[in-house]
Amino acid sequence: MSALLQVRGLSRHYGRRIGCEDVSFELHPGELLCIVGESGSGKSTLLNTVAAQLAPSAGSVRYRQRDGEWLELGQLSEADRRRLAREEWGFVTQNPRDGLRLNVSAGANVAERLMALGVRHYGQLRSIARGWLERVEIDPARIDDAPTGFSGGMQQRLQIARTLVTQPRLVFMDEPTAGLDVSVQARILDLLRRLVNELGLAAVMVTHDLAVARLLAARTMVMQHGRVVETGLTDQILDDPQHPYTQLLVSSVLTT
Amino acid sequence: MTPSYNFAFLDEDTKRMLRRALLKAVAIPGYQVPFGSREMPLPYGWGTGGIQVTAALLGPDDVLKVIDQGADDTTNAVNIRRFFARVAGVATTERTVEASLIQTRHRIPETPLREDQILVFQVPEPEPLRTLEPREAETRTLHALGDYGLMHVKLYEDIAQYGHIATSYDYPVLVDGRFLTSPSPIPKFDNPKLDRSPALMLFGAGREKRLYAIPPYTRVESLAFDDHPFEIQQWEHRCELCGSGESYLDEVVVDDRGGRMFVCSDTDYCGRRRTEAQA
Amino acid sequence: MNTNLMLDLHDLGKSFELHHQHDAHLHVLDGIRLQLHAGECVVLSGPSGAGKSTLLRVIYANYRPSRGSVRLRHDGRWLELASATPHEVLDARRRTLGYVSQFLRVIPRVPALDIVAEPLLQIGAEPAQARQRAGELLHRLNVPERLWQLPPGTFSGGEQQRVNIARGLIAPRPVLLLDEPTASLDAANRAVVAQLLAEARVAGSAVLGIFHDEDMRDRVATRLFPMQPLEPA
Repeated sequence: MSALLQVRGLSRHYGRRIGCEDVSFELHPGELLCIVGESGSGKSTLLNTVAAQLAPSAGSVRYRQRDGEWLELGQLSEADRRRLAREEWGFVTQNPRDGLRLNVSAGANVAERLMALGVRHYGQLRSIARGWLERVEIDPARIDDAPTGFSGGMQQRLQIARTLVTQPRLVFMDEPTAGLDVSVQARILDLLRRLVNELGLAAVMVTHDLAVARLLAARTMVMQHGRVVETGLTDQILDDPQHPYTQLLVSSVLTT
Repeated sequence: MTPSYNFAFLDEDTKRMLRRALLKAVAIPGYQVPFGSREMPLPYGWGTGGIQVTAALLGPDDVLKVIDQGADDTTNAVNIRRFFARVAGVATTERTVEASLIQTRHRIPETPLREDQILVFQVPEPEPLRTLEPREAETRTLHALGDYGLMHVKLYEDIAQYGHIATSYDYPVLVDGRFLTSPSPIPKFDNPKLDRSPALMLFGAGREKRLYAIPPYTRVESLAFDDHPFEIQQWEHRCELCGSGESYLDEVVVDDRGGRMFVCSDTDYCGRRRTEAQA
Repeated sequence: MNTNLMLDLHDLGKSFELHHQHDAHLHVLDGIRLQLHAGECVVLSGPSGAGKSTLLRVIYANYRPSRGSVRLRHDGRWLELASATPHEVLDARRRTLGYVSQFLRVIPRVPALDIVAEPLLQIGAEPAQARQRAGELLHRLNVPERLWQLPPGTFSGGEQQRVNIARGLIAPRPVLLLDEPTASLDAANRAVVAQLLAEARVAGSAVLGIFHDEDMRDRVATRLFPMQPLEPA
């Protein structure tokens, strides 16, 4: 099977400070990769650089688009980058308020990406939006409510619906369950797990929570000080960690 | 004409700057061209953009008409007309057919315009995406990329809230299939008059320092959904003064007991119809 | 190439290096040689601490071997698991290598039936068919039908273990690794498991397992592989 994303020697510096350094990996279609590490380890910088939201200081990111063509993301024009973000990718932010349009209704939030792709039939937009609200367990009767009145968990589920409605091939997620209650987290993780399976999504997810990686990701990368210190199968990394930092992370997890 | 001012108030260099910007606007229909907006002797929101465009275009032989909400006799219209009579000494008129240049706030005359006429609009907010996207850099990028899905979010919200597209003025249009454009706060009743108009239409926003144009015979399309097509306002009434059933009507309160009547908003159109009826 | 040989362990060793416990080194496996053929059931025997579970985990690539080789016949060719890429290991686990542990890893909110059906879905089965097959297996393992639509988090230990076995055996896999899957089961259910394993062997699977219960061991084993704890290094 051929890769969907190829990252080679990717670095991102902030002046003299290192965001991430010399990171390489591949992502295959239908695969969810977790990037774990503590705050400040460079996870989010890496995610944003791979997703072409930050310019790399060195290295390359290649993406194989729907028609099979490889794109070198560093050489894309702004127009192409946005087209890709609109038509083939999705991005789920940690704080749903950053990813949602708060001053318009839940339905419009879900329908926006479809309208950006040129869907111009109101009735069709409504029925797709209703279907997605149901899929993320939001009462479709709330389709015309503004997300400002939603709980944090509902807002995050709405953001997921808004992102996945166009059936992207590749989704970037930055700590999508951080900042939510544990019970709410479980619901969102289960939802993501189901949707990733049903839609055959490929995804790169940043998390500091090893249990999230265990539940969702077949493969995991461990980052420390901007570098990848260990990478492999998630169960291998969690059950037989090799690097001292990974051993520390794994041994620091509370078990119930 | 007041001799201490240059012809039409603005100095010739400023007019040249404005004309260059206008030429660019005509060359790229619907594109908002930045210009160096000057302080004018009236406040922002009273037509400083429109006045500067008019000042840059006026010649001694022009005949100027100024309307506000369709009327020639309201404060804003009277003031601007008097202003140009004083600083340019040009002839003025209230009759649409006689004017070579019409400055307007919030209406397009009912009388069809001709190729030898220019319509100048006063524009408060030239950016149709502004209420949805406050960042200027982002709206400019969206225009550059023709990425207009966002505008339909607004129309979607209208239908979701009111069951139909409730936007009734400043209804967004796509000019020449390319630039999303604000037609200024004209009622959507007037939108069809923008499409393939024989007259040149120029738009000036003084506070926002932007000019744009719809050249003659340009395709202008009002946005809509397939299942909610664009529609203009309709009235159950006719004008109670001239009997017109085809013009844009204002509802006017006529006494303090709640009495109302519907009359044409275009005073010149209404007056001529009444004169013709009497003849 | 012996067409029956499915798994070939050569001089396999495993040590753990614990960086945060005074860099302690634990040597658990050394010099393991084992060949597993289609249709046989090899039972690992030996006292606790002999590394039986560790060996199964190394074969499943859950642990990384420190020395030696683990070769698996996958897709008609040999795959060296000690150096395979994560994608190769995942593919081998999906289609060739099954592993049933003692404990079910419960996923919040997912019903028992779907947990069991999942491995079939992963190899492309129709959802309806996969669920039907999952139901048949749960039925044979005497998991009451009223439990099928519930997440197994609240099930008893024996019920969870039977769900786990059903999940482990639902997809036909040429090599099965079993780590005390029957520890909490009563005699009747152990008999069902023995029957299921016999059916898998007849269908050509090779089985490698740990069974502490002697009755179970006698019933399923075609051969024993004795193991002893290593001397402390």
